[in-house]
Amino acid sequence: MDFIIQNILNALQWGSFYALIALGYTLVYGVLRLINFAHGDIFMVGAYIAFFVSGFLLGDTLGLSPLVTFMCAVPLTMVLTACVGVTLERIAYRPLRRKGAHRLYVVITALMCGLILEYSNLAVLGASRLKFPELVEKAVWNIGGVTITNLKVIVIVAAVVVFLFLNFIVTKTKIGMAMRGISYDKFPIPLMGIPIDNIIVFTFVLGSGFAGLAGLLFAMSYPILEPFMGMLIGWKAFIAAVVGGIGDIKGAFVGGFLLGFIEVGVVAMPFLESTYRDLFAFTILLVILWIKPTGLFGMPQSTKI
Amino acid sequence: MQKYSLNVLMAALAVVLLVLAQFHIIDNYIQAVIMYVGINIMMSTSLNLVNGNMGEFTCGHAAYMCVGAYVSSILSVMFFGTKLGDPMFPASMAFILFPVIVLIGGMVAALSSILVALPSFKTRDDYLAIITIAVNYMVISAIENMDFIGGSRGFQGMKDTVWAMRDTFDGPWMLLWVILFTAFTIWVIRRFITSTYGKGVNAICQDEVAAEIMSVNTNKIKIVNFMISAGLAGCAGGLFAHIVGYVNPQSFNILKSTEAMVMVYLGGMGSLSGAIISAVVFTGLMEVLRSQAIMDFLLAPATFVFPDWEPSAGVIKWVMIPLMLVLIMQFRSEGILGNKELSDVFPKLKKYYTFK
Repeated sequence: MDFIIQNILNALQWGSFYALIALGYTLVYGVLRLINFAHGDIFMVGAYIAFFVSGFLLGDTLGLSPLVTFMCAVPLTMVLTACVGVTLERIAYRPLRRKGAHRLYVVITALMCGLILEYSNLAVLGASRLKFPELVEKAVWNIGGVTITNLKVIVIVAAVVVFLFLNFIVTKTKIGMAMRGISYDKFPIPLMGIPIDNIIVFTFVLGSGFAGLAGLLFAMSYPILEPFMGMLIGWKAFIAAVVGGIGDIKGAFVGGFLLGFIEVGVVAMPFLESTYRDLFAFTILLVILWIKPTGLFGMPQSTKI
Repeated sequence: MQKYSLNVLMAALAVVLLVLAQFHIIDNYIQAVIMYVGINIMMSTSLNLVNGNMGEFTCGHAAYMCVGAYVSSILSVMFFGTKLGDPMFPASMAFILFPVIVLIGGMVAALSSILVALPSFKTRDDYLAIITIAVNYMVISAIENMDFIGGSRGFQGMKDTVWAMRDTFDGPWMLLWVILFTAFTIWVIRRFITSTYGKGVNAICQDEVAAEIMSVNTNKIKIVNFMISAGLAGCAGGLFAHIVGYVNPQSFNILKSTEAMVMVYLGGMGSLSGAIISAVVFTGLMEVLRSQAIMDFLLAPATFVFPDWEPSAGVIKWVMIPLMLVLIMQFRSEGILGNKELSDVFPKLKKYYTFK
């Protein structure tokens, strides 16, 4: 029993990262119908930004205490990562959108931007891995054989709070209404007096900001940074978003946790080797997509002739 | 005359290359580059069949290459190698059985593509992209878990077959097979897209629902198209494995699929000649950028400002190639030839060749 609860907690933590990244994917996709393949790498950039921000705050010039650093690093990382995401949108995606290029070209551009981020990071910072400083003093609670660390709680709570926040923004606020409007039909939106570019920038700010938060939390949980850390987790988060039905906030959240549960479940099974993790995760996803081609919560798009 | 001019020209080129390689006028490096060009042509034209002609967005093409490479390597080691028991056939049969081995690899790859083709009946563009990525990861992950073929350590021993062919006649066998298979690929694809089936493929690209209403059997065409594309990629994988003599599941990951996609979009979607040209250009560029001297020259201004920065060519290459593609997408998003064949762009060429 302890074993099961422990693994459920691990799955919740692991799923939180997927959910946080998948929310960013889903936001951008929901508004722009664009698979932002660079999102996993924005997550990676977020982790690096968190590293440098906390290194600067902890360093000799400021010399803040670790806890204060954590408090300051969260908003700073989110803002700086959001800047990276918005820059990407301004430089790469917006000109293409203005030209009315085919969606596929934008997707390819996003894929290439991801590669550029990865490899320019490798070129500038070198192949040596970085060690993230410990910001939150580790507290381990042992409840009936189940160990909970405070970091785990922070990660899970952060994922839930971000989900509730995004859900509030999209369903309750005016800007969320504009986002849903763009998603529904892009062409009459400017006629309604809605600044379409500002809404899209805001979407990128939200998505990238939370990718930055995920990067910070991930770097705190697994404190080794490398340029390709965003690649696999990004693809998987994307798949999580799709399984939930891409474009749907709730779907991304559920999909992220589902993927987390599948992966931790495979690793925790006593008769399976942990190397089968990817195989099982992807097979289950394939089966889900086979049965429900638009994901768990996705709406089938009607096609007109 | 004009009906055969291109074929004669290509055959002459192939003979010249083979003769040059036979008498060691071009060294092994150049030969290897030519073989990679051939393999990349196979990859890009076959991906073009799905991404360009059918308009479905698949980004896991390296999975089929992986399947083909592994199946043909295992067969090749079983037939002529000593790694999995005694050789089943005498070495003198290598040059007959080698194309069979590669074709079987391609067929298994084609069968594996049904994994993608069946869900694609109901699933549309973005969701299909996920399925292909998932299949790519699944194939890699499955092979990494098969310990009898080396798992993540990779698999080798295919060179025995190449040496067995050398025993019969000492010549550039791999170059010959790559040229033959490249010609075969282009021939198959050309015949396919100009056939009735190929018209159906283009109809699906234009509008799937409308095509269905106009009595195009979309499901059948999709399966055939996916299988041909995957089979040719599998052949490319088999050849690749025999050229390198070593396969590793991680060498067929998303990066390899991205390479194939870059070639397709560089050349122009749905353009066969564009895919060929872009494969040649891309492979050449990859080789040129591999050189540290050229890279240092290109980056001279940056290293002058930051003297401590010593970038390695292997890394910068993968910054420059995506950057180039981003720029192409910005300024000429339809690719080099864009949806047209060479003879559409230069109509006067039609006087000299027809390509059927």
